[in-house]
Amino acid sequence: MMETTAHIDFIAAAYAAAVIVVGALIIWVIADYRAQTRKIAELEMQGFTRRSASDQPLRKTREAAKEEA
Amino acid sequence: MALLDLANPSRFLKLADSTIPWLGGATVLVAAFAVEQAVVAPNDYQQGATVKIMYLHVPSAWLGMLCWGLMSVAALGTLVWRHPLADVTAKAAAPIGAAFTLLCLVTGSLWGRPEWGTYWVWDARLTSELVLLLLYLAIIALWRTVENPSRAARAVAVLTLVGAIDLPIIKFSVDWWNTLHQGASVFRVGGSTIYPTILMPLFFMAGAFTLLFFTLLLAAMRNEILRRRVRTLRLMQANAVR
Repeated sequence: MMETTAHIDFIAAAYAAAVIVVGALIIWVIADYRAQTRKIAELEMQGFTRRSASDQPLRKTREAAKEEA
Repeated sequence: MALLDLANPSRFLKLADSTIPWLGGATVLVAAFAVEQAVVAPNDYQQGATVKIMYLHVPSAWLGMLCWGLMSVAALGTLVWRHPLADVTAKAAAPIGAAFTLLCLVTGSLWGRPEWGTYWVWDARLTSELVLLLLYLAIIALWRTVENPSRAARAVAVLTLVGAIDLPIIKFSVDWWNTLHQGASVFRVGGSTIYPTILMPLFFMAGAFTLLFFTLLLAAMRNEILRRRVRTLRLMQANAVR
């Protein structure tokens, strides 16, 4: 038991450091994802969409027309 | 799905959206099991309970190096094959690799104080690991300094390949120089010197860290692709205003 508790402060500090570093990475990734999707939504609300995205309905219509023909 | 199919960012985003929740779930399950195994693992006959710091220190050291290896392959992808996702991978991986390398250094110091009597010595293994962290910080700084993404990607790719020289130095530093850091004890000729009851939790923890790394990497790559879309839309917005 004494062996287990001998350097418990160093062990606890190491695991706390791991929680902080991993937690910071997870928060960074989630916050960044939310920020980027929010920015894209704002720009799309203003009518700015990527050409490939805005072409999609048109492309689908053309493909449907070809299939019908 | 072929590797070339993933070159299409939209396809990659679909794959990432469907994979990240499963990978995240697997990470939580394996991490819970690995932590439980680490807690119940016996103490080392010499180190006592401080051996439990190894369950964090060793996997973070492995992943810090694996991440740079991955960035080196991505650097070749940028310079040689000009794969569209290569520089996305390199940019997304750098902060994650830096975080794991930092964790390796911090946990190593916290292990060193009770075992060696010091938090830090300028021995070859510790110094080359510190150099890896500085290289990561240089890469992150370079991404932020060069405004044009494709120019930044090429500059970063060159620095990444130059920095890859540090990987064999880290690995073999304990053989080439007389270091306070112990030699290889897990993967070595003649088998591991670690007793299985201590070694198995280390492998479980390494598995959990690896799953965590790839979950974070996929998520960060998705963010980077979205960031580039924002940039494209902003350019369209600026052109429309003119």
